[in-house]
Amino acid sequence: MGKTFAEKVMAKAAGIEQATAGQVINVYPDLIMSHAASWRCIRTLEKMGTDELYDVKRIAMVMDHNSPARTAKTAADQKLCRAFAKSKGIDKFYDVDAGIAHVVLMEDGHVRPGMVLIGTDSHSTIYGALGAAGTGVGFSEVTATWVSGYLWMKVPNSIKVVINGPLSPGTTAKDVMLKLIGDVSADGGTYCSIEFHGSYVRGLSVSERMTLCNLAMELGAKFAYVPPDEVTRAYLAERGVQPHEYEEIYPDEDAVYSRVITVEGAELTPQIACPHTVDHVLPISAVAGQKVDQVFIGSCANAKYDDLAQAAAILKGHKVAPGVRLIVTPASKHVLERIVKDGIFSTFLESGAMLTNPGCGACAGDGGVMADGEVTLSTANRNFQGRMGSYHAQIYLGSPAVAAATAIRGVITDPSEFFAKEA
Amino acid sequence: MVGGTCIKFGDSINTDVIIPARYLVSIDPQELAEHAFEPLGEEVQNRLRQSKVVVAGVNFGCGSAREQAASCLVGAGIQVVIAKSFARVFFRNSINTGLLAVECPDAVEHIGDGDSVFVDATEGTVTVGSDTFHFEPYPESLRKILDAGGLIPYVTQHVVAGRR
Repeated sequence: MGKTFAEKVMAKAAGIEQATAGQVINVYPDLIMSHAASWRCIRTLEKMGTDELYDVKRIAMVMDHNSPARTAKTAADQKLCRAFAKSKGIDKFYDVDAGIAHVVLMEDGHVRPGMVLIGTDSHSTIYGALGAAGTGVGFSEVTATWVSGYLWMKVPNSIKVVINGPLSPGTTAKDVMLKLIGDVSADGGTYCSIEFHGSYVRGLSVSERMTLCNLAMELGAKFAYVPPDEVTRAYLAERGVQPHEYEEIYPDEDAVYSRVITVEGAELTPQIACPHTVDHVLPISAVAGQKVDQVFIGSCANAKYDDLAQAAAILKGHKVAPGVRLIVTPASKHVLERIVKDGIFSTFLESGAMLTNPGCGACAGDGGVMADGEVTLSTANRNFQGRMGSYHAQIYLGSPAVAAATAIRGVITDPSEFFAKEA
Repeated sequence: MVGGTCIKFGDSINTDVIIPARYLVSIDPQELAEHAFEPLGEEVQNRLRQSKVVVAGVNFGCGSAREQAASCLVGAGIQVVIAKSFARVFFRNSINTGLLAVECPDAVEHIGDGDSVFVDATEGTVTVGSDTFHFEPYPESLRKILDAGGLIPYVTQHVVAGRR
């Protein structure tokens, strides 16, 4: 019987012949990421009474949430991480200026096809964009893996999502995923590995693949995966990673899937996730006109270079609506450098946006929070009650194009109106 | 056998509701417990502290990978969570922090808010009054982690101790 990507990649990381969905096995992750939770891991390690680490080369630490520190407590936590990384010789340590862990690690060539990665952030599924198996875990799990090298993992069932392209104009990977989450619900992929296939996915940019895999988490997924191809290899080559440094893993033709879902890209329109769950999804036509107080373009879902370029293309020559705050938070320092160089930074400033330092920012409730009764349209991946300030505020989720159009009008707006004008 | 009075919730209770991000500055279960379910108001919080069992619908603990969503319940004195289904990371974090997480949709349908509920993890049973419901007991590897009191005590006993 054929094997899925998840079955193959987990068998490899466990050092066993083969693995089958449902099995619980001990897996040795290739990379162990901890972000804002790093200090908790260090404190837990102290409690264990050891400082002997299995393999320091497999550890990455990124200070992305609450950066730079806004309280003395956070500053002390970050100081602890800095000192720990230095004393242990952790060379994949990224300080508060670097940006969001997922994006930074991918940009720097630390994520490669065929790897298994664990991270103290649920959206670690994003690593599937490069044909790797990434998954979120708790800080105790990271600490235990630092010490032992392995972690218990269940081999997941796999769901095949076939996305037929091309998409209709003005729609993006974000819209594909919001529609999917709305259709199959926020637990439709619980403990599953989501494999993305189909003509839309082939040849898609790594950035859009990141959006697909990032949001797979909102289906409850354990892993997400896009088969590596020329696009993957070119992305890695740009980062100095050569083909002999990774192993591409593909599912067998006759792999067994628990479900196959087909998405017709041409039928899609921009989608909005409404408060307070990610699967409360409506087509934009049903929500257009909803007044907003704030627009946030940021997060690991949609603050990469081309997300910002797409938003800026719509904002160019327009002003943010009076009374609306537009907050733009680039995903990484690399993204920030690029938008400064090619003028996108200035386009945002001229439109009336405020730019913050790279990192998780408002998505993690760190700055850009809301008062009672306020509404934000955000490009992030979660709209839970109280996530951005008041428990009595509302978060709507949409694509960067929707965010830009909404910032200009001050109400949730279909971006196609701006594409039409340019045509 | 563990259990006692339960507090019952509906579907899709997410981690931001269980423990809002602003309180992740702590890893102390007791301290965290003070803010567990804060978005749902004081009455729910008081009832939580008087309960031994949390009962919930589908996809309990969806959202963040924050382990504190499990450990804050431990801090509040909860011994077991029974749900129709769990989000993946919450389920893992429960086992790893030594909190029993039991998937038993039939039991959840039957249990009323405030009922006395008991769980036998070895046998795989949920008992409510005179009714008994069955669930698949954990594989041995996970039982060992729970028996040790969680993943950290387990690795300390099995890996760190072996190196000394």
